[in-house]
Amino acid sequence: MKTKLAVRDLHLHYGTKEVLKGINLDIPENNIVALIGPSGCGKSTLLRAMNRMHDLNPEAKVKGKILLDDDDIYAPGKDVVAVRRKIGMVFQKPNPFPKSIFDNIAYGLKIAGENDKHKLHAIVERTLRSSYLWEEVKDDLDKSALSLSGGQQQRLCIARAVAVQPEVLLMDEPCSALDPISTAKIEALMLELKKEYTIVIVTHNMQQAQRVADLTAFMYFGEVIEFAPTRQLFDAPQMELTANYLNGNFG
Amino acid sequence: MRQNSLQQRLGLNTLRFFVLLVLLFLGIILWEVFSKGSGVINSGFLFDYPRKGMTLGGIFPTIMGTIFVTLVTTIFAIPMGIATAIYLSEYANDNTVNRLIRASIRNLAGVPSIIYGLFGVAVFVQGMGLGSSVLSSGLTLGLLTLPYIITTTEEALKNVPHSYREGALALGATKWEAIWTNVLPSAVSGIVTGSILGLSRAAGETAPILFTGVAFYLRYLPASVSDSFMAMPYHLYILSTQHHAIEEVRPLAYGTALVLLSLVFVLNIIAFIIRYRYRNFNKARI
Repeated sequence: MKTKLAVRDLHLHYGTKEVLKGINLDIPENNIVALIGPSGCGKSTLLRAMNRMHDLNPEAKVKGKILLDDDDIYAPGKDVVAVRRKIGMVFQKPNPFPKSIFDNIAYGLKIAGENDKHKLHAIVERTLRSSYLWEEVKDDLDKSALSLSGGQQQRLCIARAVAVQPEVLLMDEPCSALDPISTAKIEALMLELKKEYTIVIVTHNMQQAQRVADLTAFMYFGEVIEFAPTRQLFDAPQMELTANYLNGNFG
Repeated sequence: MRQNSLQQRLGLNTLRFFVLLVLLFLGIILWEVFSKGSGVINSGFLFDYPRKGMTLGGIFPTIMGTIFVTLVTTIFAIPMGIATAIYLSEYANDNTVNRLIRASIRNLAGVPSIIYGLFGVAVFVQGMGLGSSVLSSGLTLGLLTLPYIITTTEEALKNVPHSYREGALALGATKWEAIWTNVLPSAVSGIVTGSILGLSRAAGETAPILFTGVAFYLRYLPASVSDSFMAMPYHLYILSTQHHAIEEVRPLAYGTALVLLSLVFVLNIIAFIIRYRYRNFNKARI
């Protein structure tokens, strides 16, 4: 399997505190990789490092490499906007913009310079269909995205990220604020999306990781303790720490 | 238990009393101005020049002067204030220099307006040679409103959820695109409200225009920004303290006050409408 995203000896400091302590991770193309671990272990921090969201925080210092198709996204002079166009992100809390449903989906495309109305319409429809949201919102495209339910909002945010056709999709606990039915819909969507995209998901939900992920990485205090095919990691963990965590002995 | 509910009632009623007291004062002011001023309001008062040593006629040039100066203030202070606020809120790091800048701006909001007037004379009228003019007064009033506009705009921007910025960046927007297309539209209602309240305060100021451009009496309207002008607050001041027949012109003074209050009221209505129009898209999130 081709490696889409490779993390190489990644260190991250917040001020003087080392949050990521030399992470190495190979994420294969068209796979879903889950990052699990107790709160504060650095999984979200790692995820946010993958599309350079830490650039906004002057406290955060990143060392090491993250290679997207063998191309370091932290290389000096690298265009961060181009990186984020290829590596999209869905956040923990649904964050639709206070705009219409249509404008939310079209936002990334307009930013990228697409102004052809027909083309925008076509892409918005296709994206909403592929997120199984079309039937629910097709008559309300001009309504505020904030009028949708939480689950719909999150699927809209996924659709919005997919609309710009990134190569990798990062998801930071996308279902933590949602009910089981919405969660099931989003998981089905993820399994559909992995045919075209590579997905990295942070989750606190062990069942979710087992349901969707091909590979799972267990993180503890800023280190990847174990990274293995999901089945193997959950059924026969090689490391004692992993076994303890999965048995609920801490965390 | 009983003592608690007694305290509760006592506290609530004390608060009610003070609210009513404030409303009472406000009501008295409005009633005073309206009852004594409404008698002189007619089309002649609004559209005529003062005549016979200001004992007759209207206040047309003062209305136009105030509007003209407020326009100059708007053009100067709003873009500059909003730009400064965007920089401070979105770009400036949290370091000593920027904290000093912020503190200074907040302190400037408390500087007495007469000081701004003196500053205006020194810098605009004499220093830059703009003379006693609409431009000098407009700029001076602009300086007076700037701290207010900057502070309220910064607050409005700070209230925009961080997730709007991150969401836009994650879609490949540059920082500026995220601000321009996402953060600013969400903050419009706060920015507009703050700006208009700042401007309506400027429209009613006397001290800053006193030395920088306002005239006692003019036979003509200002034709350009380099002319002097008449203004409602100053006219009111003359009619109530400097006139040779103060008692006789008292109704005219109240009439002027009423028109000035109405102008401020209209500005606030505009702010309200803009806020209302933007509210639908900013309704509470889940």
